[in-house]
Amino acid sequence: MSETAQSKAAPPGAPERPAGAAPPPGGSGAAPAGYRPAERSPLAVLTAPGRIAARAAANAVLIVIALAFLVPLLWLLFASVDPAAGMSVRFPEAPSLENFAAVLTTDITFRPLWNGLLLSGGSSLIAVAVATLAAYPLSRYNLRFKRPFLYTVLFTTGLPLTAIMVPVYGVFVQADLIDNQFATMLFMAATSLPFAIWLIKNFMDGVPISLEEAAWVDGASSWDALRLLVVPLMLPGMAVVAVFTFVQSWGNFFVPFILLLTPEYMPASVTIYTFFGQHGAVIYGQLAAFSLVYTVPAAALWLIASRAMGGAFAFGGALKG
Amino acid sequence: MASSTLTPPPAAARARRTGSARPGRRGIARWAVPLAPAVLLLIMFVAGPIVWSVWAAFTNAALTGAAAANTEFVGFENFQNLLADPAVWNATVLTLIFLFGSAIVGQNLLGLALALLMQRRNRVTRAFVSTVVVGAWVLPETVTAFTWAAFLGREGSLNTALAALGLPPQNWMYAAPIFAVILANIWKGTAFSMMVYSAALQEVPPDLKESARVDGASGVQTLRHVTLPLIRRSILTNLILITLQTLQVFTLIYIMTGGGPGTRSETLPVLMYEQAFDFGHLGYGTAIALVLLAVAGLVSAVYVRALRAEGSV
Repeated sequence: MSETAQSKAAPPGAPERPAGAAPPPGGSGAAPAGYRPAERSPLAVLTAPGRIAARAAANAVLIVIALAFLVPLLWLLFASVDPAAGMSVRFPEAPSLENFAAVLTTDITFRPLWNGLLLSGGSSLIAVAVATLAAYPLSRYNLRFKRPFLYTVLFTTGLPLTAIMVPVYGVFVQADLIDNQFATMLFMAATSLPFAIWLIKNFMDGVPISLEEAAWVDGASSWDALRLLVVPLMLPGMAVVAVFTFVQSWGNFFVPFILLLTPEYMPASVTIYTFFGQHGAVIYGQLAAFSLVYTVPAAALWLIASRAMGGAFAFGGALKG
Repeated sequence: MASSTLTPPPAAARARRTGSARPGRRGIARWAVPLAPAVLLLIMFVAGPIVWSVWAAFTNAALTGAAAANTEFVGFENFQNLLADPAVWNATVLTLIFLFGSAIVGQNLLGLALALLMQRRNRVTRAFVSTVVVGAWVLPETVTAFTWAAFLGREGSLNTALAALGLPPQNWMYAAPIFAVILANIWKGTAFSMMVYSAALQEVPPDLKESARVDGASGVQTLRHVTLPLIRRSILTNLILITLQTLQVFTLIYIMTGGGPGTRSETLPVLMYEQAFDFGHLGYGTAIALVLLAVAGLVSAVYVRALRAEGSV
């Protein structure tokens, strides 16, 4: 982790910026049209005007893409404060918090958010605790099955959750676990486990083993070593994993939709659909307001965690270890 | 440092095996106890259901009716029905279109383009673009679905923009449902590819590009012969990961179009849901799920192999 943070902080922009940015101003300023005498590099002359054009084009393309991405987001923001919001994005004529007032009730917002907190928070805590325990032998001992086990874990991170929901439903029916919040929480914890074990094991590999060896000599058990030496050192990493599994479950619609029945147990990811999706006329302003109330906590957590991982946290990098 | 902690020095390992400097518990318990909760949870909730699904796919398990009471073994009937079912072929084709359109072409190329374009831009432009694109990514899937249903709806923003250009409005979810969900999924997922590629491009040594330039290579040539080969690992990783993500997209499609109109956006996950839960054919739904699992399993195995070749495991 520290490696990513460092490489993020120091090298990327620094060496590249001067090299990339310096030539065009000099080249364009000194040699406007046709004047190309003492330039040593033929390249600078050939590309200087082209580079400016290319830079302008790149900026233009970027801005157009960003604007295209922005419109649906703007709709969400504007509609939430516009009691008369429709489908199309527009600046609210009479902005008010009416929509928020309308959705901030126990039935529509507070209970679903609480249910979501219970499911996602519970499952992420379980996943991180269980994964930390499992990561210890995987990181510290030479076990014959370690590599196959890790391959299996990695392989499992790729299995589609959607596809196992039908069989999971079948098993839950037979075990009489349908509509059981705790069982649903355990299931969500189990599905985040492969990812959590993988990341936490990698974090743990970064904690030097020498301290523990000293502790072992002094007669400490592995449990003491894990609890008193390793965990305190990798708490930030564990927190990041907890946040990612939390955000994942927070947004999960399919699992609670299938495994829970009672409307009072449903988290916000499902109630947004049952309240707004299944009734004919949608009140768009309220839908947008609810969406924001539901999105902001998870999005904020995610942003904090990815900052902690070093700027634009690269999932690919994290998965690769 | 990482390698030394990964595999402790042999001397220490030997000492541990003899038990001299090792903590209290001996043998199996020292690894079995801490691994047990994880293994139990994974067996109960992941491996168990997959094994169950292999069984159920060969039965007529159903939610209601006679088959629900006494489930019977039906052999390969579900799979024969699967192969003969035009709905399955339709869903397979739509899943592939969705996968190629939204992930392999859409998210992948757009993400790469954004990462490349953002390399030399000023701080403000970069902050603006990445905030907007990542903002789309952090929205929960249900919110994305509703936002895009509004965006593409008859009175939605897209039609407003088209009308301003003098073009006829459409209800995109009816006129071109698969196109609609592809667009929404590109919007949702591009940030992931962009972040993977941004990180990869930072690892490309700038002097390599500079020397290619000095040798007279054009921007496109530098990209093709220097940059892209250097980040090919990230390209592979990214393609695999977004394929795995996209194969299982259910919520976005289910909320935006419900697989319709008719079956025109009914991808395999949506068909699976419909068969298992709307029609109650649990066995048949499970057979479809197994097909999805098998395809994803293959892709995931490629991923594991790729990482193993790289030596990261």
